[in-house]
Amino acid sequence: MSKTYYDPADLRKFGKITDWSKDLGEKFFEYYGKVFEEGALTAREKSLIALAVAHTEQCPYCIDAYTKDGLQRGVTKEEMMEAIHVGAAIKSGATLVHGVQMMNKVNKLDM
Amino acid sequence: MALKSLKKRANSLADSKRQLEILSNGIFKSGELLTFKESVALTNQFPIKSKQLEILQINLGYMCNQVCAHCHVDAGPDRQEIMTKETMQQCLEVIKTTSAHTLDLTGGAPEMNPNFEWFVEEASKVGIKDFIVRSNLTIITSNKKYHHLPEFFKKHNVHVVSSMPHWTQGKTDKQRGNGVFSKSIEALEMLNVVGYGMPNSKLKLDLVYNPSGAFLPGDQMGLENKFKKALKEDFNIQFHSLFAITNLPISRFLDYLIASENYEDYMTELVDAYNPEAVKNVMCTNTISVSWDGWLYDCDFNQMLNLKVASESKHISTFNEDLLSKRTIITSQHCYGCTAGTGSSCQGAVV
Repeated sequence: MSKTYYDPADLRKFGKITDWSKDLGEKFFEYYGKVFEEGALTAREKSLIALAVAHTEQCPYCIDAYTKDGLQRGVTKEEMMEAIHVGAAIKSGATLVHGVQMMNKVNKLDM
Repeated sequence: MALKSLKKRANSLADSKRQLEILSNGIFKSGELLTFKESVALTNQFPIKSKQLEILQINLGYMCNQVCAHCHVDAGPDRQEIMTKETMQQCLEVIKTTSAHTLDLTGGAPEMNPNFEWFVEEASKVGIKDFIVRSNLTIITSNKKYHHLPEFFKKHNVHVVSSMPHWTQGKTDKQRGNGVFSKSIEALEMLNVVGYGMPNSKLKLDLVYNPSGAFLPGDQMGLENKFKKALKEDFNIQFHSLFAITNLPISRFLDYLIASENYEDYMTELVDAYNPEAVKNVMCTNTISVSWDGWLYDCDFNQMLNLKVASESKHISTFNEDLLSKRTIITSQHCYGCTAGTGSSCQGAVV
């Protein structure tokens, strides 16, 4: 049997982190649940943000969870892909904007 | 998408016994997942007993103009099972005396029964409080002979409940067939024109949403808001409520789950989402489902699995409400579909 670091079945066991640190675990899940409730942003908007961040964090559990969450909320595949592009744009933008730092350094050092 | 029913294709899942075997073996037999009976027993709610009858749901036949990928009836144009006028007359006798306040006609496409309009006219004279016809919408636009249905429904104050899996064409047509979305929109426009679904209108128009794949429906209110906004903005269409219904793992949806290798994950999700509170309001406790040939069932799903009521009164010809109101509900693992999350019934969420 091939072994990998990630097992899709582990997502169901997420709640078990509370077993070894009850107070902190419960506080985390309470906070987590509250974050995703309807608020100034809709639960649907939050789900799409979570999907984009799941990709930039490259968390396979989160990608599975928020893809399914999106389907349950009626989010279309086009909306999901656009959300991921937002994450990708920020990721690549964050890389490229450091180019200014490189340019500053070159301009300072180079004669 | 297959254009023939499982029955026509002689698929092994057209046999209800085979479906029940699958639902009782594998992950349930190995003990990996609790059976429905075991889960319900945890809160001392097993066996589930019937309550006062409120809803009489009559299946007028399995013939349908559509062949939807998820259909638990395995309905389609090739299905010949149609309720006869004689059985309809037996149903009318029961409707006259029953304490049920809701009459719910379903199918297939109930409108395709040649005696549909006669039956609606006769049943509407009895004075049932809520008279539902479950219409797939496309039947209204499919043929000239059905174009008058919105006016006909209005004349008899029928409550129209219509299937609509998404507010976009792509997802709708994938589940229900090419062209279904635009025909459904056209039918909804026709219903709106005669007053159905308009704010404050007494002509009730509700939509039914089924997920278009191996996932559970999301929050019913959230989906209703999104449907309302999109249908109003894109097509100027209005409706009253949205019922979010979970796909039960039987018939064509079971076939899809197995073929797409989603069966175990889907069952696990249903079991994980099991909500004991939903058991208190499952529709089988206040409903009797009548099949095209007059047999009685706890619900439309048990009808498709050929699980007749556990009562001496098993047929519409020997309908006895007293006996039926004391029956034990027949269950199997498919029942998890009605108790997941906020629950599911023909009227949507139950919690």
